[in-house]
Amino acid sequence: MRWIWIDRFIEFNSGKSAKAIKCLSMAEDHYARHFAGYPVMPACFILEGLAQTGGILVGEANAFKEKVVLAKVPRAIFHREMFPGEVLTYETEVLILRPEGASVSAKVTVQGEVTVEAEIFFAHLDQSRSKELFGESNFVFTGEFRHLLERMTRKS
Amino acid sequence: MPTQEEIFSKVSSTLVEALNVDEEDIKLSSTLQGDLGAESIDFLDIVFRLEREFGIKIPRGELFPESIFQGDPEFVSNGKVTEKGLKELRERMPFADLSSFEKDPSMSKLSDLFTVELITRYIQGKLS
Repeated sequence: MRWIWIDRFIEFNSGKSAKAIKCLSMAEDHYARHFAGYPVMPACFILEGLAQTGGILVGEANAFKEKVVLAKVPRAIFHREMFPGEVLTYETEVLILRPEGASVSAKVTVQGEVTVEAEIFFAHLDQSRSKELFGESNFVFTGEFRHLLERMTRKS
Repeated sequence: MPTQEEIFSKVSSTLVEALNVDEEDIKLSSTLQGDLGAESIDFLDIVFRLEREFGIKIPRGELFPESIFQGDPEFVSNGKVTEKGLKELRERMPFADLSSFEKDPSMSKLSDLFTVELITRYIQGKLS
């Protein structure tokens, strides 16, 4: 099972930038406890959504051949809480892309208002070591995931 | 060509961003791991930031060589780097000041070679 924290890509410029949206729905289970009577989208899920937007951007740049893993979030500033009913736009831009990994700048906007600014750093799992540990298959970008991605990028 | 002070200043601001440390804690002699708390993944982040900051290319393993001593079992003996290992180190890291390390070349002291000064000297060499 994968936990996908974006609903749809709305822009995708290969190797350069990607924009995705996430619609916050009160039906999502986590609002029951985060927090009872005061539902707020957990910041870690927002970061995960940003990292998925940026990680897919980085993965696609190498035709999904690399195993792209979130290595570090050097900076993340949350300007306000975000609530069910709001639509978050995740915007990511490649700062650097190298064989060893990549770094992206990221932000969240809600109707044009910047609510989060961050920088996310991805590593490509070492080719020789990851083959030893995980074999040939790419567990990050599986066939099922890429099929899902096609649906998420399809124009409605 | 920027002066050593200008390079140090830019290296410091790079390390502030990469390691989330205070600028006043960064000195030329600071070791990246011991004094500034860098972890393995931070080294790649530092390389990326230095490339952007100085507009240079840093080939993989040039500034922070990986597994220097795995190539030859004669490089290390009883937990100490041998003369052959030191020769390899000088060739791989001509920008490193090995004078202190050569007096006590214990493997446990190897990480102390990676200082702010080492980065500054490396960048100086790249820009000259």
